[in-house]
Amino acid sequence: MPDEPQVVEPPEPKQLIAPGYTFGSVTDQIATVVLTGRTPVFWLACFSVGLALLFLFLYAVALLLAKGVGIWGIRVPVMWGFAITNFVWWIGIGHAGTLISAILLLLNQRWRNSINRFAEAMTLFAVACAGMFPLLHLGRPWLFYWLFPYPNTMNVQPQFRSPLVWDVFAVSTYATVSFLFWFVGLLPDLATLRDRTLNRFARFAYGILAMGWRGSARHWSIYETASLLLAGLATPLVLSVHTVVSFDFTIAIVPGWHSTFFPPYFVAGAIYSGFAMVLALAIPLRAVYGLQGLITDKHLDNSAKVMLATGLIVAYAYILETFTAWYSGNVYEGAAIWNRMTGPYAPAYWMLISCNIILPQALWFKSIRSRPVLLFIWSMIVLTGMWLERYVIIVSSLAQDFLTSSWSIFVPTRWDWATYFGTIGLFLFLFFAFIRLLPMISIFEVRTLLPQAKVEEEVQG
Amino acid sequence: MIKPIYGLMAEFDNPTSLVNAARAAREKGYRRLDAYSPFPIEELTDALHLHHNKLPLIVLCGGILGGLTGFLLQYYITVIDFPINIGGRPLDSWPAYIIITFELTILFGAISAVLGLLGLCGLPMPYHPTFNVPRFALASRNRFFLCIEARDPLFDHDQTSAFLETLEPREVSEVAN
Repeated sequence: MPDEPQVVEPPEPKQLIAPGYTFGSVTDQIATVVLTGRTPVFWLACFSVGLALLFLFLYAVALLLAKGVGIWGIRVPVMWGFAITNFVWWIGIGHAGTLISAILLLLNQRWRNSINRFAEAMTLFAVACAGMFPLLHLGRPWLFYWLFPYPNTMNVQPQFRSPLVWDVFAVSTYATVSFLFWFVGLLPDLATLRDRTLNRFARFAYGILAMGWRGSARHWSIYETASLLLAGLATPLVLSVHTVVSFDFTIAIVPGWHSTFFPPYFVAGAIYSGFAMVLALAIPLRAVYGLQGLITDKHLDNSAKVMLATGLIVAYAYILETFTAWYSGNVYEGAAIWNRMTGPYAPAYWMLISCNIILPQALWFKSIRSRPVLLFIWSMIVLTGMWLERYVIIVSSLAQDFLTSSWSIFVPTRWDWATYFGTIGLFLFLFFAFIRLLPMISIFEVRTLLPQAKVEEEVQG
Repeated sequence: MIKPIYGLMAEFDNPTSLVNAARAAREKGYRRLDAYSPFPIEELTDALHLHHNKLPLIVLCGGILGGLTGFLLQYYITVIDFPINIGGRPLDSWPAYIIITFELTILFGAISAVLGLLGLCGLPMPYHPTFNVPRFALASRNRFFLCIEARDPLFDHDQTSAFLETLEPREVSEVAN
């Protein structure tokens, strides 16, 4: 792969893509990241951190399989602890990828074209991390297939009226559809890599994966229909997934959980944390790989605005939650919220309020949104805040419910933390493997953004 | 007689030339032709009259099949196969089935969209004659190709070649079969 000199001017603030790009230079710049023999130190560092944490995860899981879930801090009454907190957090992060790839496609937002690929990969890997927790939390993970209906000698079947079974279907459908959507999006770019690579093995591997894609107009026409249909299917799906996740809480009568505004509140929170993760990944990547011409400041600005908007929805939900607790006149609801604010979990609650509501208000200012380093810090703040939100909802509600005599405080053990950081390692490992092996920006969709992609119609005489 | 070649292929620099060339070829009466581009070009779909495909119908059928599967699966299990009486509530508690019915509708719809896409495109297809043209590797980078197939009734090696030359391509090449 020849490293052509990139003659690209810095983008104007309002542009989606820097001027000076051609079909060839766009292709080469994105494909070179994969096809080059040189690996940046940044990649090696991140991949190593991911790999190290992945080994921590494997160790924690091995110990869990050997000794049981008792190595975690889950004790009656807080039986959900970190496991479900992390599950909800990870699955929420995934939502931004589907939002970018499906909803923004239907809304014809062309700025999505240069961030959708890695955002979808992020979705896929976040869902993989999310799936680990309910699986490990089963206690006997090797019997996970009992969750699915199948004819069995025990003559028992799942309870379809339970939100936990809905969750199994929602999350597995989400994982499958996200994968299909991502793979369909990759097809033309795999063909590009097949045609560009000089390595025989790589050509064979990309060739098999590209399935013989050759950019035929007939194929493109069907392909465009398929993309739109998949986007149309993924849009209600992504909204349903976090809705179903919120049903895990709302269908129960635990105070602090049993309310009707959870579904929209969870979906908004999911997109909020997801966009924070998109920014946290995009900012270092574009700096290291010199992709500022493709992932421009405009993309960061737009993502920050989406973050601000969904953050405000989340803020509204917190206010409504508190108001409802008071207005309902229900003594348990009132006590649950009061305990959150003043009880043993008050530090976590107030930290989440600062991280999710107060600090993100800085995103109103253009001076913050236009500085990638600050945006990176802010995305970390939001990710922390959203994790704390799930922690507070789950742990504080379970720790102090109806009977004072059954109250107990949740204390995470080192294995709780090891499993949590371990999934971050799994995520980094998968994500950086993806960066190295597949194009992180959709090449063919970026080509359509170029001015020369427009067909100039002849004036009919 | 077996035609020795698959067709003739003209290479263009930009999408506009390709669309104009495709229009010209259609006007000239060629019907067995295909265009190759590194990204989807809407005008090309018009130029080659490719509007209708059966994919939406396939997805609709897949979705309906998924919805029926989801609902009947739950109905069969909760009412017939494994009925549990909980506090005298009805066995056929259909509102509780809606979520899984919906999820399976989406799942089957999405799978049929992908299988339909592959099926209608005839993929996976590891070998295709167009790959024999060395410069065709650029069809996934920055070049645009129009191929008139030898199967076309109007196809005549010399005339078609001369016609393609009038479209001002970068190059016209034979596609070996």
